[in-house]
Amino acid sequence: MSSETQKILTTDGIPLEVSLKKAERKNKIKAFLLVAPLLLFLLITYVFPIGDMLMRSVDDKMVTNMLPKTFKAMESWDGKELPPEEVFEAFYFDYKLLVEKKTFGKLSTQLNYTKNGFKTILKKLQRKMKKFEDGNYKEQIMAVHPRWENVEYWRAIKRRAPAYTSQKYLKGIDMYKNEDGKIVDVPEDRQIHRILWLRTLEIAFFVTLLCFLMAYPIAHLLATLPMKYSNLLMICVLLPFWTSLLVRTASWMILLQQQGVVNDFFVFIGLVPDDARPEMMFNKTGTYVAMTQILLPFMVLPLYSVMKTISPSLMRAGKSLGGTPFVAFWKVYFPLTIPGIGAGCLLVFILAIGYYITPALVGGASGTLISNQIAFHMKSTLDWSFASAMGLMLLAGVLAIYWVYNKLVGIDNIKLG
Amino acid sequence: MALPKYTEPHYRIWHYVYLFICTCVFFFLIAPLFVIFPLSFNAEEFLSFSDGMKRLDPDAFSLRWYKDMIYGTKNPWGLAAKNSFIIAIFATLGSVLLGTVAALGLSSRHMPYKGLVMATLISPMIVPLIISGVAIFFFMAKAGLAATHTGIVLAHIILGTPFVVITVTATLSGFDHSVTRAASSLGSDPVNTFMKITLPLILPGVISGGLFAFVTSFDEVVVVLFLAGLENTTIPIQMWTGLREQLSPTILAVATCLIILSTLILVTAELLRRRSERLRGINR
Repeated sequence: MSSETQKILTTDGIPLEVSLKKAERKNKIKAFLLVAPLLLFLLITYVFPIGDMLMRSVDDKMVTNMLPKTFKAMESWDGKELPPEEVFEAFYFDYKLLVEKKTFGKLSTQLNYTKNGFKTILKKLQRKMKKFEDGNYKEQIMAVHPRWENVEYWRAIKRRAPAYTSQKYLKGIDMYKNEDGKIVDVPEDRQIHRILWLRTLEIAFFVTLLCFLMAYPIAHLLATLPMKYSNLLMICVLLPFWTSLLVRTASWMILLQQQGVVNDFFVFIGLVPDDARPEMMFNKTGTYVAMTQILLPFMVLPLYSVMKTISPSLMRAGKSLGGTPFVAFWKVYFPLTIPGIGAGCLLVFILAIGYYITPALVGGASGTLISNQIAFHMKSTLDWSFASAMGLMLLAGVLAIYWVYNKLVGIDNIKLG
Repeated sequence: MALPKYTEPHYRIWHYVYLFICTCVFFFLIAPLFVIFPLSFNAEEFLSFSDGMKRLDPDAFSLRWYKDMIYGTKNPWGLAAKNSFIIAIFATLGSVLLGTVAALGLSSRHMPYKGLVMATLISPMIVPLIISGVAIFFFMAKAGLAATHTGIVLAHIILGTPFVVITVTATLSGFDHSVTRAASSLGSDPVNTFMKITLPLILPGVISGGLFAFVTSFDEVVVVLFLAGLENTTIPIQMWTGLREQLSPTILAVATCLIILSTLILVTAELLRRRSERLRGINR
């Protein structure tokens, strides 16, 4: 018998294997079609815009597009001495076009970022240019202002030639490319971003630690108490969880202000004198206290859901085998709760590292985080490409943590409520 | 949690220390919310307890700030509340619709690239809000939807769907698929099967996901800060502005209302969770 006839056929004569595959494919397409609307929606409105942020953060085409002829002419210039006549000529025609289009202001702002002093000389050039004669542009331009004879300024222009730049990312960690093209630190007294990154990490770390220390005992209590009591106490965890973030921040602002309840209490028990009430808001203390309380439920819930599954007989067994309650706890109970600890800590850490609202309201100047800086550049300085760069650096950090989280706990284990 | 009689004294002490610590933590969690209640009835313009309030003098309490919230001149709360509810309702509907359908696909064992797709779908929950805000703003600005209700609703759908996807996939994980097969074998078409069999069974998950989406939208401020114009102000935006500029007791009146609202939502969510647990308990 040949192998052909051994194949099992369905009633309509198609081999079963083929028919099954067809059904399988149909099911796959069906499942995918169900997911497709949301996936497509998120890709368009969310994932691609994050890609757009990436483009914006490295995009430096503005100057490249404004001085196309100049950069072409500069290609063969080595940058050691003053550029040749062709470069001057190309620059003259590029700039003339910009003056006609009335967009030369943007160029002077942009070049001024690269090197201070461009604003004046470009303005002067724009005024003098009307009387320029044809030919010999090098001398005519150099006669406008002595800075045009300085090769440094021409080098500065050449540095803006590439269409892409890592400048915004370097700025985000307080570094820059100096005139020789080397990457160096910003002078110590002008470094602000590194401090912010470190502070963000520090606050996220300590908030996570505080949350863990506070959540562990209460999660344990909730998991071991009889149902009717634990349900009641669970409200204490869930009510803050469901309450508006701004409401909770507002209540901390009231509690922590100088004439607030906490200070009143301190004065009442004689901890501090009435005329020297400590500042507890608009600094790090405020950020710590408020963020810990706000993020605490996110630690309690995963811990609770893990502890709930641990049978109390395990502790009893540990004790009956001769362990003291502490040994039984440390050797038996604690290791079993590690998945919950991992889930809670990473969740709180990820949330804390990107916190914005609470630090902005109770943090003051010394309690603000990297998110506040991003918002500041989005709304106030309008340096969107810098905000994008900072955001993506933060995102990279979060995704790294998320990856670890996924390896350790698995995203499927995220539990809500 | 009674201790057995044979407990040694130092463990007994430790146990009471432990209970004391727990009490403190619970107090820390819940007490801040209760400061707002009495202060919102303050007759004066201060945000601390006046001497009259401490003496429980009835004259020190008033409904003045609640009146201000509702009837105050040039008050923004009416518009803000209207916007908040409209946006939250549409965002919830959108999230529930897209999220439930996607969760159905995701829980099918035939779904290709399940891990990657799931990660993409719940990414708005993981990515810090500020970054989502920037990205969504760039999109809405390009699409001409910045400072429109539509834009904010779409943004909140993005942020709300992960919750629906997670709760509905969780409900579906305990779902007995033979009931849908039974329905099909009895001649029901897929849509009918979904409406008559699947949906009623997964409804608790859908509703609790919807509640999450509603709260997310209703409470969301970071993304709205980037997107909203003057016309689109929401309650969180007003609170944010109020807290930054002038901490007035009117905010506390609003906050009290919000706490009551969240209590209602909490009760609903809890009831649903228990119902769902009961239903699934029967299935097992």
